[in-house]
Amino acid sequence: MEWQDEGIVLGMRRHGETSAIAEVMTLAHGRHLGLVRGGRSRTMRPVLQPGNRVSLTWRARLSEHLGEFRVEPVSQRAGLLMQSAAALHGMRAMAALLRLLPERDPHRHLCDAVEVIIAHLDDPTSAGELFVRFELALLNELGFGLDLARCAANGSAVDLVYVSPKSGRAVSKTAGAPYADRMLALPDFLRTDLNETADPSGLEAGFRLTGFFLDRHVYEPRGITPDNARESFIIATLKALEKQQMA
Amino acid sequence: MVKRVTGPEIEKLIQLLAKVPGLGPRSARRAALHLIKKRDQLMGPLSGAMQDAYDKVKICSTCGNVDTADPCTICTDPTRDQSLVIVVEDVGDLWALERAAALNAAYHVLGGTLSPLDGVGPDDLTIAALVDRVKTGEVKELIIAVNATIEGQATAHYITDQLEGMDIKVTRLAHGVPVGGELDYLDEGTLVAALRSRTSL
Repeated sequence: MEWQDEGIVLGMRRHGETSAIAEVMTLAHGRHLGLVRGGRSRTMRPVLQPGNRVSLTWRARLSEHLGEFRVEPVSQRAGLLMQSAAALHGMRAMAALLRLLPERDPHRHLCDAVEVIIAHLDDPTSAGELFVRFELALLNELGFGLDLARCAANGSAVDLVYVSPKSGRAVSKTAGAPYADRMLALPDFLRTDLNETADPSGLEAGFRLTGFFLDRHVYEPRGITPDNARESFIIATLKALEKQQMA
Repeated sequence: MVKRVTGPEIEKLIQLLAKVPGLGPRSARRAALHLIKKRDQLMGPLSGAMQDAYDKVKICSTCGNVDTADPCTICTDPTRDQSLVIVVEDVGDLWALERAAALNAAYHVLGGTLSPLDGVGPDDLTIAALVDRVKTGEVKELIIAVNATIEGQATAHYITDQLEGMDIKVTRLAHGVPVGGELDYLDEGTLVAALRSRTSL
């Protein structure tokens, strides 16, 4: 069996003395692992760093085998990602989130979203907003998408300021007022009736929103304790955003 | 069925040698044969040296270096600048930096890097011990000499975050063009890093 594809390296694990098992988010074949012979050599180690875009040929005798990757670099961005804390933690956080997807299950638009985010990781204004939208898209792919288009109570498409923690649906200001203390805030940049960019408080609300549903639907049922990458990315991005706004 | 041609002791020697990094079954057989042929000149002294190391080697409780004393030779060396601490991933990196002999500093061995794939978290490394060492006030500068990998740099940032608010200078190794490196073969990240940290001639 053989296929060719491109993808973004999510991680690498040592295998023996000279080889590595690479984990790549491919465009057409989803999150895929494969053995890279000589993956720990001086030439291959920089290529197999998370965030790099690579061209792959995967070969195996049977489809269920781990198989082998032949890897060529397309765009080596890991060195650039290491230049800023936000970019570094952002890449690690995205890799951790993509690992929640089943293996070999294609998610082309998530792949495209990761490319866009990587290109903007050094810009705190864009990076935070794109990341929240990425998490919403991931929740959708995992079957736990939020419905932020209309109010769950009255069907209104305007003045949506809350999200119900029970249903994951938007709630308007008037309908949600009696339950405001139990609702999650819907930040302006996620409202479909507005055209706002994210500010620090909006971003915090956005991360709290997606973090709540990730915990409830994904981490807790699977018994996963997420690592500190997401939290580190949020802190670094908010710090960079505040610094930018003060300048 | 392959007939046995050597005694079980030699088979065991070969099996154990094959577990050493850099040695597979074939090279382990060659190594075993070489040792047996040079029994008095090499095998005897080697087994004695290995037994001595097994009996005496300790992990330094201050820095994580391997030595026969605790605290180790580096930590107790009065000629070293103990206010300058170089943080490394493992003992192999410590030995590499010592061979370079660029600085006469103390060290701290982390025992790896943060790695969600391998399940290595902050509690699996000696980061807490490093923070405690900084809190004593004896350390003025920390040079974080981890590998130029995503995991290494993430570990560096984590350490920096843990030391926020403390009166200490935290630096890291420069990234750039390696000696003998040709620009045409370097990745974009290395080239950008090298350009950003350029110096005057």
